[in-house]
Amino acid sequence: MSNPRKLRSGGTDTAAAEHAARLISWRKTNEAVRIYATVAAGSMIGGVLRALASLTSTALWGNGFPFGTLLVNIVGSFLIGFYATLTGPDGRVFASPLQRQFFMTGFCGGLTTFSAFSLETLTLAQSGKLMAAALNIAISVVTWLAAVWLGHILAVRLNRLRGSRQ
Amino acid sequence: MYHLLLVCLGGAIGAMARFFLSGFVARRVGETFPWGTMVVNVSGAFAIGVVAHAVARDSMPAIWAFAATGSLGCYTTVSSFSLQTLALAREGEWLRAGGNVLLSVFLSLGGVTLGFAAGSLLIGSGAP
Repeated sequence: MSNPRKLRSGGTDTAAAEHAARLISWRKTNEAVRIYATVAAGSMIGGVLRALASLTSTALWGNGFPFGTLLVNIVGSFLIGFYATLTGPDGRVFASPLQRQFFMTGFCGGLTTFSAFSLETLTLAQSGKLMAAALNIAISVVTWLAAVWLGHILAVRLNRLRGSRQ
Repeated sequence: MYHLLLVCLGGAIGAMARFFLSGFVARRVGETFPWGTMVVNVSGAFAIGVVAHAVARDSMPAIWAFAATGSLGCYTTVSSFSLQTLALAREGEWLRAGGNVLLSVFLSLGGVTLGFAAGSLLIGSGAP
């Protein structure tokens, strides 16, 4: 037997649930748009700096060795290691999730590039400079990892200084 | 200045694609190993190989700025790769950290070589 009161309240519940679901999905969309826009904005700045570094490197040292790409990848690795630890759970500096997305995923992600590194290594190898190609791989990997580690260690030191939040 | 604007535009698209794809892969496969970043970097290397064969850098600087420097440059990332490798090493996962480095480098270099070869198959002798 159906109970009209129960039915009616059920109907209202459904409407309320639908409204809530719509609100949540709208909020989710809104949040996603904000995150994507933030990542894009950070990446634009990083990408332009990378393009400028590449141009400067070519102007200064020519096309013999891709110093520009090496430089941005080292700087980006250092910065992300430093920032991630400085603003991390035990970090001294507070950063909102959106600020972290802007700087790490956006700026550092845009500044650094794996594709140019790969292409430049291939180009060196294709032009017969096998030694330079191998050196580019070895130097790159070692310096990237050293840079991210150095950034991290530096931030750990800073986090331990007196006068931090804890 | 015009080319820097194209880098910006391409960069925004590339970075959003990276954010989407690396997150998607990480949610699907789990985050014990940075597969998301690797998928992005290897596919980006393949794509830049194709672009390098299709676009003559000197005679088509605008397309190069948009597609290669902007889009694919911002699509791929070294910073996340470094940070994730460091995180694995700090957790004592040395095998995974080393595996991430070797796989990323070899697959990306293989990707760009394959992309370049695919470019010559698709486009022929390539741009002058």
